Amino acid sequence: MRITQGCFSFLPDLTDEQISVQLEYCLSKNWAVGIEYTDDAHPRNTFWEMWGNPMFDLKDPKGVMMELADCRKLHGDSYIRFNAFDSTRGFETVTMSFIVNRPKVEPKIRMIRQEVDGRSQRYSFETVR
Amino acid sequence: MSETIDLRAEFENSGVKAVLDELDTEMIGLAPVKARIRETAALLLVDRARKQLGLSTETPTLHMSFTGNPGTGKTTVAMKMAGLLHRLGYVRKGHLVSVTRDDLVGQYIGHTAPKTKEVLKKAMGGVLFIDEAYYLHKPDNERDYGQEAIEILLQVMENNRDDLVVILAGYADRMETFFQSNPGFRSRIAHHIEFSDYTSEEMGRIADSMLGAQNYKFTPAAKAAMDEYIAARKALPHFANARSIRNALDRARLRAANRLFTTAGKVTAEALSTIEDVDIRASRVFQGGLAHERKAAK
Repeated sequence: MRITQGCFSFLPDLTDEQISVQLEYCLSKNWAVGIEYTDDAHPRNTFWEMWGNPMFDLKDPKGVMMELADCRKLHGDSYIRFNAFDSTRGFETVTMSFIVNRPKVEPKIRMIRQEVDGRSQRYSFETVR
Repeated sequence: MSETIDLRAEFENSGVKAVLDELDTEMIGLAPVKARIRETAALLLVDRARKQLGLSTETPTLHMSFTGNPGTGKTTVAMKMAGLLHRLGYVRKGHLVSVTRDDLVGQYIGHTAPKTKEVLKKAMGGVLFIDEAYYLHKPDNERDYGQEAIEILLQVMENNRDDLVVILAGYADRMETFFQSNPGFRSRIAHHIEFSDYTSEEMGRIADSMLGAQNYKFTPAAKAAMDEYIAARKALPHFANARSIRNALDRARLRAANRLFTTAGKVTAEALSTIEDVDIRASRVFQGGLAHERKAAK
């Protein structure tokens, strides 16, 4: 099942060129870009693993793309996303986040129903491969 | 007949002419350097025209080495170079990242590669200027982490030729030994540009323009004193061309301020922006330098 999180996730996967253009936009706004990856794209899993520190003071998207290439080499079959941080409020706030890499086979999300307290229903979700 | 390109118009429209003119007016002397930069600019322009007409071109190797004595304008020219390459479209952003060994080499195992990569990422799309590049290689210590930085640099210089231009700078003789022990660098650097020392006359003009930029001026007597100062300073050790001149002027301003403070009560703008000859003649250079230098001379 296609995971839809962050910007552009209802569009077809972005090509590297398109990713570069998006990065260009982020850098033009002076946002720092961080790379994160995970193998568990459960909607409640908001903390993904960081790939290095967020990158400050970059001028050109190529710097981020180099890191992405390194990350893909190791975690090619995971989800990888870019987070752009804006610091105008005095602390880093995520202003833009988009997925740049997906595993070949994406996990499904299954809903589980549980009966509790008489006939009440409890719902939860889990990712299944 | 086939399509034509007006190189002259290209030269003026691309903004290259503006950079070269700026170089000519702002940088005094340095004739061989200017000639080399002009040649490089011509090559890049012709290459660009070839590309527009569909002739096959390879991205030329633009990595450079600037060699010359201290204070001969290597950093300043590198900054202009970044602007030039940007206007010609060979680097995308045209910023200059200036680093030394400290910024590239780490302190413990595994610290160097991330540090070097960090700098390279920042320099992407611009020019990476490595000042005193020979410190990267320490022949007496084979476990020195500098070697690791050199290897990463070489790799990126080869693979990311479209993304950044590396300029190495340093003193001529030490750069020579550096290149001898790292043949990989020599072959990846196409342009070796030598910066010659300034003549006394050129240095006099540099002093004038530096003062002018700070809204000061010499009296005629002070100008003569400055010329004498330059001749005397050149004979002393640790002479660093334009940088020595800048330091001398800073000290002269200090003395001028002190003179005004102790003598005059009310001052005019004229007095505040004039350097008198006493301000320069008070320099220790006229007595043969600092105490230990005088001793050494004896």
